[in-house]
Amino acid sequence: MSKVMIGFQDNDESRYIVAAIEQDNPTAVVHYEPAIIRVESEGSLQINRETVEEHLGNEWVVQSIHVNLVTLSGNIDEDDDYFRLQWGS
Amino acid sequence: MTIEIKTSKIEPIRNTYAHIARRFGDKPASRYQEASFDNAAQINFHYKPLWDPDRELNDPGRTAIVMGDWYAFKDPRQFYYGTYVQNRSAMQEKAEGNFAFFEKRELGDHLGEEVRQKVQTFMLPLRHAEQTANLNNMFCCSCTNFVMALYQALIFEGMDRLGNAQYYSRIGLALDGNTGDSLTAAKQEWMENPAWQGLRAFCEKTLIVKDWFETFIAQNVVLDTLVNDLYYRQLDAWLGRNGGQDLLMLTDFMSNRATESQRWVDSVIKIAVKESDANADLIRSWISTWRIRAQQALEPLAVAMISETALPEAFAALEARLQKIGLEA
Repeated sequence: MSKVMIGFQDNDESRYIVAAIEQDNPTAVVHYEPAIIRVESEGSLQINRETVEEHLGNEWVVQSIHVNLVTLSGNIDEDDDYFRLQWGS
Repeated sequence: MTIEIKTSKIEPIRNTYAHIARRFGDKPASRYQEASFDNAAQINFHYKPLWDPDRELNDPGRTAIVMGDWYAFKDPRQFYYGTYVQNRSAMQEKAEGNFAFFEKRELGDHLGEEVRQKVQTFMLPLRHAEQTANLNNMFCCSCTNFVMALYQALIFEGMDRLGNAQYYSRIGLALDGNTGDSLTAAKQEWMENPAWQGLRAFCEKTLIVKDWFETFIAQNVVLDTLVNDLYYRQLDAWLGRNGGQDLLMLTDFMSNRATESQRWVDSVIKIAVKESDANADLIRSWISTWRIRAQQALEPLAVAMISETALPEAFAALEARLQKIGLEA
């Protein structure tokens, strides 16, 4: 299986999203690059609204992920409650 | 000739302040963590304060509640000054828009006499109770200067309540053509109408409580749950049924804010109860004392404002909330 990848700007807001990813995706590996946080995961990676809200302590709209999103690879499945990356279906 | 562009990564020597690293480990800390933890003085105070000579200036002993680590009281909203101000500014912008719309369309002129009377007698005087809520939270704030995580949340709550009081005043001004007559009349209601005297006495009693955690329970748990249910659910429903729907635009801020702040209050109680059985017993006893007082205080108001069944419904809401926190009655 190939890896999916997502990169965020390294800032205060992204850290909560990355924390949520780490909690929900045991296979995710986080790399701290200069100014970018890059997360790789085998097969698929899911960001759940509820988990991000738990870390952030406030309401979070999944679409606002694009504010800090730098790059990604994988097919996207985006819904009100989650943002999912995977290869194939 | 080829030029190779390389990025080189420089590892920071430290990721955050030493006191934050001691608590959370040396990794990038959030602004909330940096603003809220381990930044209040704990030791080496020079003088005992004149207003409380038995205790230190920053002293956890101003309540009977005992915590191993007071910084366990993390705000689930993670409000520090920056996020709080941003959040409230957005809410206020919306509320100001609602007021502007209400005034521009002259929606106040379409309200029936019955609705106006209801607002005058039962909604506007609530601003005095909101000011008590401000004072109570400021008092808690003054006693929690040794733990910023709580201190800041309390001062935010206090400021919010002052904001509520101001919005109630604005509703009065929107209905009386900016003369202020409605507010003078509302003060009379608060001081003289028998329906309000119970709540007024309750408010005054909360102001003289010495243990700040008890004040917190009486105000933010017992009284607020009941008043929120009476006003933001039951009175709202009454206004909706009686042609006062337009007014709901003006109380939207208060009801949204109440829901949000409830999350924080619940978390404070949950954490204190989880800490020890002694804390849990203490909190239970305070709740039972203040709920009896609240019953007597709110009975005449609830009956006059809505109906005989209004207060039992509000108490059911309090019951549900306490159960959710893990404090069975």
